[in-house]
Amino acid sequence: MFPETFHWRSPRIWLVLLLLAGLLLMPVASAALGTSFYLSFATRVVIYAIAATGLNLLLGYGGLVSMGHSLFVGLGAYVVGISSFHGLTNGWVQLAITMGLTTVVATLTGLVSLRTRGIGFIMITLAFGQMFYFLAVSLKQYGGDDGLQVEQRSVFEPLPSLDNKVALYYIALGVLVLLMYAVWRTVHGRLGYVLRGFHANERRMLAAGFPQLRYQIVAYVASALPCAVAGMLLANLTSFASPSYLSWQASGDLILIAVLGGMGTVIGPLIGSIVLLVLEETVSKMTEHWMIVLGPVILLVALLSSQGLWGALLQRTRARAPSGGDRS
Amino acid sequence: MLWSLFFSQLFNGVQLGMLLFLLASGLTLVFGIMNFVNLSHGSFYMLGAYFAAATLAYTGSFLVAGVVGIGGTMVLALAVERLALRRLYARDHLIQVLATLGLIMFFNEAVRMIWGSQPLFTAQPAWASGSISLGGLNYPTYRLLIIGAGIAVALGSYLLIHRTRIGMLVRASSTHPEVVAALGVNARQLNTLLFSVGAGLAALAGWLVGPIVSVQSGMGDTVLILALVVIVIGGIGSIRGAFFASLMVGLVDTFGRAYMPQLLRGFLERTVADAAGPALASMLIYLFMAVVLALKPGGLFPVKR
Repeated sequence: MFPETFHWRSPRIWLVLLLLAGLLLMPVASAALGTSFYLSFATRVVIYAIAATGLNLLLGYGGLVSMGHSLFVGLGAYVVGISSFHGLTNGWVQLAITMGLTTVVATLTGLVSLRTRGIGFIMITLAFGQMFYFLAVSLKQYGGDDGLQVEQRSVFEPLPSLDNKVALYYIALGVLVLLMYAVWRTVHGRLGYVLRGFHANERRMLAAGFPQLRYQIVAYVASALPCAVAGMLLANLTSFASPSYLSWQASGDLILIAVLGGMGTVIGPLIGSIVLLVLEETVSKMTEHWMIVLGPVILLVALLSSQGLWGALLQRTRARAPSGGDRS
Repeated sequence: MLWSLFFSQLFNGVQLGMLLFLLASGLTLVFGIMNFVNLSHGSFYMLGAYFAAATLAYTGSFLVAGVVGIGGTMVLALAVERLALRRLYARDHLIQVLATLGLIMFFNEAVRMIWGSQPLFTAQPAWASGSISLGGLNYPTYRLLIIGAGIAVALGSYLLIHRTRIGMLVRASSTHPEVVAALGVNARQLNTLLFSVGAGLAALAGWLVGPIVSVQSGMGDTVLILALVVIVIGGIGSIRGAFFASLMVGLVDTFGRAYMPQLLRGFLERTVADAAGPALASMLIYLFMAVVLALKPGGLFPVKR
């Protein structure tokens, strides 16, 4: 989606449009089937796609493997949970608190984490994630280990109430599309090129005089903010904020979604989110031991492909149409 | 009374540290020397515990359980390395993280399918179930045994790495892998050996810890994270660093858990303080790690490259 140059005859444009049309019609299909399960499932897909799109900016374009981005998902969820607990349900105020808090936390943790490289970076982001996980567990007055029930959903006047599941879905979808547009603009702008430059050849970029930390910290904070918004939406969907949102396995899931769909592509995280959640759902319907199937699948994905599903598709269509434009 | 509490906490901290060291020593070698992010290390700890618990239930012999636990895990690790992980050594860290996450899922679910989701409880061997009096302090023999095992492994690996030919090759390939390979050493075999020895040490820890924790699916995950913290604090690839960092993390964690609630009671309600204390104590370790990395990004004992 959103390549630098459009080729209307390229099949993948149509695939993307088809996908978006499908997502737009999802509530209609769900209503026709007479069950709200598919709608809340689709909302979950979109929310995970939002978080993974954020992470993808750092992971796919910057080549920085963060194992701690569930921290920010949890942050957003807990802002909704705690402020609703104290009677503050104005969604815009919650959004402002979330953005402010996330920017502060991401800047501080980013400044420390970005001092390290490679394995060190993975480990320290993991450590920060665990730190906030245990902080959430220690918040005894807000449920501690058991998590916090969100009694009152956020109220985004003049948007329709989030108690309406269709409204929540379309708001999440709107956020996702806006975010994908923003990411597309970003990665085809200066920040995106500098980030990819540092990923490809750090020494050359430093020699060319680019301030590495300044660009990477901006990317780190920018990748944290969508995760926090996803957390807010998740808390509104499940009416729950739990320490498990911050667990390191949750961070692993985000990485998995980004890699599965195709890192460093704008639409990859959405595809990864759809594929992973649908796979989880179908296999868990067949057997309660769904992880015994999913585990080896993940291992195979890692062994066989580094481009993800969308990346593999891009390569095939590009082989057919050499003028296919920039990989996006 | 206060001092006996202090000393028994001190011993508990050292015991936790030694247990972490058993895991971290293998992990730091795999991370540092093979440059491979192996998150499935905790699974080998879990598998060692399960194999040992099952054998103990069948034969009733603690030592046989240990042999089967460690041996079985090493064979399994060897197979996993041969079939899958070996192909990942040259790949991105990201791909390694993903693949080993998949392995964790697989092993966690596999033990749940075989042994059920109820935790297994195993007994301490009769010859180590009493307690020993140390100058007025009664301390369980079994926990002293774990401390002893940790020290033995530390000494053994020190001798292995600094006094034998294999150790020399390991040290050499941690800094100059190409030169070692060019001199005709089979680097792949060395890697396989390192990997399964690491898994064996993790299984040793799993066997020893069986009687004092509940053996259950996912038990490796929390310990793995602690072991990762240890090797990062100690400096990735450094056994010496892993030893001292294990002790530090073990002590910080144990003392934090023991004394944090009392500290918090000073300015919080008692119930809140008792609940929040252990969680804040757990945070302490990660805070410690963040401070170490912020000051010394290579860890306390960085390996010279």
